[in-house]
Amino acid sequence: MSAIVTLDAVSAGYRRREVIRHVDVRIEAGERVAIIGPNGAGKSTLLRLITGTLRARAGRVLLDGDLVDRLDRLAVARRVAAVPSGASLPFAMTVEEVVALGRLPHEHALRGPGPADVAAVAGAIERVGLGHLVGRDARELSLGERQLVFLALAVAQAAPILLLDEPTVHLDLRHRVEAMEMLVDLNEHDGITVVAVLHDLGLAAHFFPRLLVVADGRVVADGPPAQVLTDDTIRGVFGVDPVHALGS
Amino acid sequence: MASETRTVATPLPEVRLARRAWRPAVVVAASVAGLVLVLVLGVGAGSVAIAPGDTIAILAHRLLGLPVGATWSPTAETIVMDLRLPRVLSAMLVGAGLAVAGATFQGILRNPLADPYVLGTASGAALGAALAVLIPVRLLVLELGLLNVLAFVGAVATVLVVYRIGRGGGLTGLILTGYAVGSLLAAGLAMAMYLSGANLRQIFAFLLGGFDGASWLRLGIAFPLVVGGSLAIVARSRALNGLLLGDEAASHLGVAVRRERAILLGLASLVTAAGVAISGLIGFVGLLVPHLVRMVTGPDARRVLPVSAVVGAVLLGGADLAARLAGDIPVGVVTALIGAPAFVVLLRRTRTGYEL
Repeated sequence: MSAIVTLDAVSAGYRRREVIRHVDVRIEAGERVAIIGPNGAGKSTLLRLITGTLRARAGRVLLDGDLVDRLDRLAVARRVAAVPSGASLPFAMTVEEVVALGRLPHEHALRGPGPADVAAVAGAIERVGLGHLVGRDARELSLGERQLVFLALAVAQAAPILLLDEPTVHLDLRHRVEAMEMLVDLNEHDGITVVAVLHDLGLAAHFFPRLLVVADGRVVADGPPAQVLTDDTIRGVFGVDPVHALGS
Repeated sequence: MASETRTVATPLPEVRLARRAWRPAVVVAASVAGLVLVLVLGVGAGSVAIAPGDTIAILAHRLLGLPVGATWSPTAETIVMDLRLPRVLSAMLVGAGLAVAGATFQGILRNPLADPYVLGTASGAALGAALAVLIPVRLLVLELGLLNVLAFVGAVATVLVVYRIGRGGGLTGLILTGYAVGSLLAAGLAMAMYLSGANLRQIFAFLLGGFDGASWLRLGIAFPLVVGGSLAIVARSRALNGLLLGDEAASHLGVAVRRERAILLGLASLVTAAGVAISGLIGFVGLLVPHLVRMVTGPDARRVLPVSAVVGAVLLGGADLAARLAGDIPVGVVTALIGAPAFVVLLRRTRTGYEL
């Protein structure tokens, strides 16, 4: 049995700069993994390798045993959903119209969304708790609300793998916790494999059973929070006193 | 399977989707009514007025083959069939094409200020037309003037050049490249106009746009390009929708971004070039119509594109009619006179400013 996501001796980067150096990662179906590490360590690059938007220079990236480079974009989109980072919208779009874009990989190319797509959009809006924003122009929303709209878009995409890059930066405390609880629910109830880049070590430790610590393009620690978040790792990787890192 | 979807679909009374007043039946009915109205009025009006009843009867008889008793004069029939009908249909075809191309350019460039001319089609076509006027040989390829051919070639060639140079620089780079190349060609155009002497009026007529020279043959050559290109764009609606969110998100939603953008760009340019070649430069239709349409349909390309085509056809058909009634002034003047104020009103009424 192959893992749902495999990075096999992968190196990658942009132009001359190498960002990921010889990384090996295996994520099994149904896992919930948080990627943590300092800015510029290569966390987002790891996600881009999994979605195939960035090609590995060396090594192999596999989804369910298939090389991601060999899959066409539509096939990848049916396997991996990634929450868009706050993209600007060129035209007025209602919240539900933005969320409905998550169904693009599933809907009929000409006829458009069918009943199953409409149901998935409604379900995602309900699940993320956006019912009160339906009908609003997404461009008028606050950054936090917009982040939730994009989260709902990825939920509506209903792929077996869900990738999130800093999904909570603009959210207040209550919405942070609610978003995390929804991820746990998607993972435990729907069996979706969740991989999230997080800056908040407290949230990561509390809601994710497995942490990947990335520093300088390498995975330097991998395991359950209690085992990974040692004083030495925090001091070594983030360069801060552990007392300041975890808070509660 | 069926019971499974039902259980998902029912228990969501709180979330109401589809806020917009989008009613396909109303839109289709209004479209047909608008097209027929413009056709009948456009064919009937002119220096020799033909009564709407006769116009409808002639059209019904000749186009649909209905057995209508011939109560009209043969002259009226000739005017309708050989002069007015190709002209009105040309205006409608070009209007539809410009509107579809405008919506496409706005979508792939993610820029609400984009129009069919943004990547240099207009300046390329203008220079091509001006060169055709300067060349002393009166070359007629199948009654299709050298001017039409060179305008088409100029438009397509310019977009190819702009795309080759500008594709590495992102969307802004592409738009700026279009601007730079356009400026260069404008200099060439100015030079050509300076040298054209007595033929200046001909170049001017192209720059202002119009349907004086409409003929069945020109219509017949532009028609497959405009309609075929537009249909091919509609078939790629999914990619256009995905690109609303930007390259990375579109890619995550299954859109092969580079390939789709290149194809859509090529198709929209082809549609624009084919239209411009038979009509000259007509502004505002391609910029304005998609915005107008989005206010009703929302941003989904599957609705925006077809409705834009209809509205563009009605609008330019109507503008050509107005231009003829006002004493055969260039249709580009009419679209600018109506379009510019309408656009300002539209911008002011839109609740949020455009995000660039």
